[in-house]
Amino acid sequence: MSWSTTLPLLIVGSSLLPGLAIFFLSEERVVSRTILNLTGAFLKLVLVGAMLWGVSHGHHYETRLPLLPELDLVLRAGPLAMLFVTLSAGLWLVTTVYAIGYLEGSPHRSRFFGFFSLCVTATVGVALAGNLLTFLLFYELLTLSTYPLIIHRGTEESRRAGRVYLIYTIAGGALLLLATVWLYTLTGTLEFTVRGFLSELDTSLHPTLIIIFVLLIAGLGVKAALIPLHGWLPQAMVAPAPVSALLHAVAVVKAGAFGIVRIVYDVFGIEFTASLGLTLPLAILAASTVIYGSLRALFQDDLKRRLAFSTVSQVSYIVLGVAIVGPIATIGGLVHLVHQGVQKITLFFCAGNLAETLGIHKISEMNGVGRRMPWTMAAFTVGAFGMIGAPPLAGFVSKWYLGLGALDAGQSWVMIILAGSSLLNAAYFLPILHVAWFKAPPDSWPMERSFGRHETAWALLAPPMVTAILVLVLGLLASAPFSPLEWARLITTREFAP
Amino acid sequence: MTGAFMSIPWVVILIMLPLAGAMACFLYPAKSKSLGLVVALAIFASVSGLGFQLVELGAQRYTVGGWGAPLGIDLYVDGLSLLMLAVTALVGLGVSTYASSYFDHPKAIHFWPLWLFLWSALNALFLSADIFNLYVTLELMGLGAVALVALAGGANALAGAMRYLLVSLLGSLAYLLGVALLYHSFGSVDIVMLSQHIEPSPAALAAVGLMSTGLLLKTALFPLHFWLPPAHASAPAPVSALLSALVVKASFYILLRLWLEIFPLAGASFGQLLGLLGAGAVLWGGIQALRQTRLKLLIAYSTVSQLGYLFLAFPLGTSIAWKGAIYMLLSHAMAKAAMFIAAGNILRSDGHDRIADLDRLAQRLPLTVTAFALAGVSIMGLPPSGGFIAKWMLLEASIRSGQWWWGVVLIVGGLLAAAYIFKVIGHAFTQSEQPHEAGLLPTRMEWAALALALVAILLGLFTTVPFALLEIGLPFDKGRAG
Repeated sequence: MSWSTTLPLLIVGSSLLPGLAIFFLSEERVVSRTILNLTGAFLKLVLVGAMLWGVSHGHHYETRLPLLPELDLVLRAGPLAMLFVTLSAGLWLVTTVYAIGYLEGSPHRSRFFGFFSLCVTATVGVALAGNLLTFLLFYELLTLSTYPLIIHRGTEESRRAGRVYLIYTIAGGALLLLATVWLYTLTGTLEFTVRGFLSELDTSLHPTLIIIFVLLIAGLGVKAALIPLHGWLPQAMVAPAPVSALLHAVAVVKAGAFGIVRIVYDVFGIEFTASLGLTLPLAILAASTVIYGSLRALFQDDLKRRLAFSTVSQVSYIVLGVAIVGPIATIGGLVHLVHQGVQKITLFFCAGNLAETLGIHKISEMNGVGRRMPWTMAAFTVGAFGMIGAPPLAGFVSKWYLGLGALDAGQSWVMIILAGSSLLNAAYFLPILHVAWFKAPPDSWPMERSFGRHETAWALLAPPMVTAILVLVLGLLASAPFSPLEWARLITTREFAP
Repeated sequence: MTGAFMSIPWVVILIMLPLAGAMACFLYPAKSKSLGLVVALAIFASVSGLGFQLVELGAQRYTVGGWGAPLGIDLYVDGLSLLMLAVTALVGLGVSTYASSYFDHPKAIHFWPLWLFLWSALNALFLSADIFNLYVTLELMGLGAVALVALAGGANALAGAMRYLLVSLLGSLAYLLGVALLYHSFGSVDIVMLSQHIEPSPAALAAVGLMSTGLLLKTALFPLHFWLPPAHASAPAPVSALLSALVVKASFYILLRLWLEIFPLAGASFGQLLGLLGAGAVLWGGIQALRQTRLKLLIAYSTVSQLGYLFLAFPLGTSIAWKGAIYMLLSHAMAKAAMFIAAGNILRSDGHDRIADLDRLAQRLPLTVTAFALAGVSIMGLPPSGGFIAKWMLLEASIRSGQWWWGVVLIVGGLLAAAYIFKVIGHAFTQSEQPHEAGLLPTRMEWAALALALVAILLGLFTTVPFALLEIGLPFDKGRAG
């Protein structure tokens, strides 16, 4: 075993082992639990950093363990994997700090942080998976490890949400399993390959491949919240705020979108997908989801529900970028994988702060909240403007490339979708900012907790500040080396090189 | 390995050791608990010894007392028998550990001799090389199992045991009739000799029919499953675990052996019929499990459903399908034993097993709920677990052979399983301010469940050893090619 064969395993293990250890800690051992949590998160970030450095210097990292006869469990570092793994490792650290602050004094923290770590383990596994079997394995593990987080509060409402989540995701997983096995019987391999491994198959198999593609997208679309498979996401809002942040920005929704990217680029190959006539339907599906999610978001008064429908809309940008078929749009879609994550996690952190500090859950209760919690709302504002796509924030970069890519690929109808969606984004975010900053605050908040001179606990305030600054930096320094945009460019050159 | 080690007759030890243990427990009831545990450990060690021997020397045939077939008793061991012995030893060790805390004085003196007697019969069954020996061991196993079911006492348990006894006797009687017919027609009871001499004749076909019916009845294949839920649900928890994990698998094992060696003459439509019944079992058992309001009955119906998966390999008949079915058998044995033990813990600490009233369970018995959930992962066939590997292989076999409808059954069965497992787990996670109420049960009882469930999970990650062992004297390539 050398460094290059163990590093992927270590990255997965750096959250798995602390997670398993946390399960066995008693509730009162706050210090040990915090140390385990943070050590795991830091260690993972350092390891990912080392891997990032290695990959950019042309090193090859691969862990291979035999699982089935002639099928291995493969963890491999490639540019696409690095994009997602860096996002999840970075945001995990921030979310861990936030969750420690958020859950202070509440029951069942050992259970919570145990599953929390398992959830990140699964996400990192999804990112590093080197073949479809490994992907499937971690994808299902993600379902199992998020369920206890969603029903964490144990109320009747959260159990209902958990049930809905399971019905959607287990059914989606079953479709994915069926499609994966079916594909395997045709090809004898499931290894992710740049530009796919199916184009050599006999043309008589093409109808079968189309069915398999539909099954795969349906299975992944559940987690990516493509319509009409998005129903679980708004319901899952009953989960604690750190879980929502994780669900929307890092783990579940992203795993679905990432899976679609993998299927299109590394299983079918983008050109082969296009030649099967599958990209236009996918683009239309993604575009409808973008518009539908935004429209629904307009009419939600519950802040977290509005953000949830915003996620439905925003995640489909990624799929849209893929389905437009063209190098520039691909860059836009891939970079949005990261940008949407950073922006949405900021918004959810802020929503959690409002709920924890002032008991605010609805937008109609947010009058003048900017004066009571200026820092939180400043971060929220940055996140919201990023979502709308205002320069020089991260979201602008994504939308710029998506729009440019659509024109480049001769699909100008996408421009209308993008413009419409941006208008809708503004229509559902700006009113929030308006009431928060310009209306007079009420005499008392629904349920206020005092934190001395500060507007809220530092562990709750620091994470959204960090991610808000990141939104700004990702926009301003978009072309710096190691930026997500540069990685997206690198991936795209590999996929589209002649 | 030295020559002396290699010549130790582990096969004989594996049969005699539990038998001797049973007698010792009977004679010294005061010591039965520690005797039982020592024997369990010794059996575990012997299976490991046999494993080493097998890897070194390949599949082996032993003639007991130097008398060869057709006069004497032959024992035969290959990779398949070894895996059956190993799963018995693992489940046996877990259940023995559990039972040493579960049973107190009056029940313990009955439990240990009966259980070790049952263990001896199981080991002998997996090592038998002729259909008459298989009958004898099957009958002994059935008697031991019935006595264990009756151990719970009370009208319910006795009624369940009585029904079980009648079914068991009926099943083995049908099997014995088939044996007699075969012996009369072909002059041998040795499986290998029979497979060489057997030819389609009315008597042979009747024998196949009788033997299969008897074995299907004992394996509780739908629609012959009616006796299983009451018997398995009314028995004490360790006994339920043994019955669901091992006893029903033993008759399946015989059926599998006969199918591969003797039954090819029955024709492909017979395999289709078995597959159809298996599909019926998967769906019917799953729906019934979903409808139960009692935890132990739910688990028992889950067994009915999971047994159906094993029969999906018959219409497929390819090597990968058989391996998938064997893997299903192994992981189900582990998972189901863990589940019944977990249910026993819940019953012991709450005094009831009404699913709707299982609130706050995750807080009171965290290890038990974890064991139940991990076992559930394998039962649902989600990764990483042995159940997933098995389901993948069966699914692959069904698509490869063009009989995709068996794959649909697999998928739907998995969804049903998820529904009934999460029905239980959902109730366990209810609101409570009290994080822990520890000290309700001896830790040993909780850890036994967790250890067994972990094996089911690990079977999904470390597959190389079981598959390599299965290759030793692999019987599947001789069977009908798919």
